[in-house]
Amino acid sequence: MTVGHMVTLAGVLFTLGIMGVISRRNILVVLLSVELMLNAAALTFVAFSNWHGNLDGQVMVFFAIAVAAAEVAVGLAVVIALFRLRVTVDADQVSMLKQ
Amino acid sequence: MEKQVSTVFFWIFAALIAGSGLIAITRRNAVATAMWASLCFVGIAGEFILMHAYFLAVVEVLVYAGAIMVLFLFVIMLINLREEDLKATEGAQLHIAGALFSLGFLGALVWTVRRAGLFDIPLNAKYVGAEGTAAAAAGETAQLAVPLFSDYVLPFEIVSFLLLSAIVGSVLITKRRLS
Repeated sequence: MTVGHMVTLAGVLFTLGIMGVISRRNILVVLLSVELMLNAAALTFVAFSNWHGNLDGQVMVFFAIAVAAAEVAVGLAVVIALFRLRVTVDADQVSMLKQ
Repeated sequence: MEKQVSTVFFWIFAALIAGSGLIAITRRNAVATAMWASLCFVGIAGEFILMHAYFLAVVEVLVYAGAIMVLFLFVIMLINLREEDLKATEGAQLHIAGALFSLGFLGALVWTVRRAGLFDIPLNAKYVGAEGTAAAAAGETAQLAVPLFSDYVLPFEIVSFLLLSAIVGSVLITKRRLS
């Protein structure tokens, strides 16, 4: 088990997140895929923090989790507002700003 | 012996993360997506434990698998989506594009990690030997509090403001009727 294994695992998770963002149109699933990508970054932070024996990386992950919680709350509020307005969660149907 | 056990657990959690993540993003039902994703977060917490980040493992389970997933499930059940609502625009083309792009990205990433020589650096090297036993005796969670409340105390306070504004903002966004 090396740092490379952990970073590669984080890469796989980040890849899954990208796949979800690109190929799914349900806004809820897209938001959740973004969460997967944030977790991949957290895994990388902790792996490098472990390598250097320095806890700054773990502090950064702690902040990232707090910011992610705020982001999810606001993101889901936007989804609810959108659903009240258009009765859809399809990302392709929401292009009001284009007109 | 301990090294072999942690390697076995690394692969178990890796399989859990990759498997449940892949299942999560391919489910049509959003509730199933949220449940599989919370399993994925539990796997990440396991990897944190293997890297001696015990506090973050607990925070991961509490905040992600607990709070965030419950929030997701509440919203999914609140808007009560039917499956036919999504069939219109989600086509095979998008799935192929997503798979191709992400596989190319993964290939580039593995190549970079290999070139940087990260596969030669063992994990937990700082946690074995005399230095490591001292670190383990001091306790990881207590040690994490030192930078958090000295060097990073200003960002720590700013995060509390951020969370407050997120609470107020999300209430405001959901309560007001848009037209």
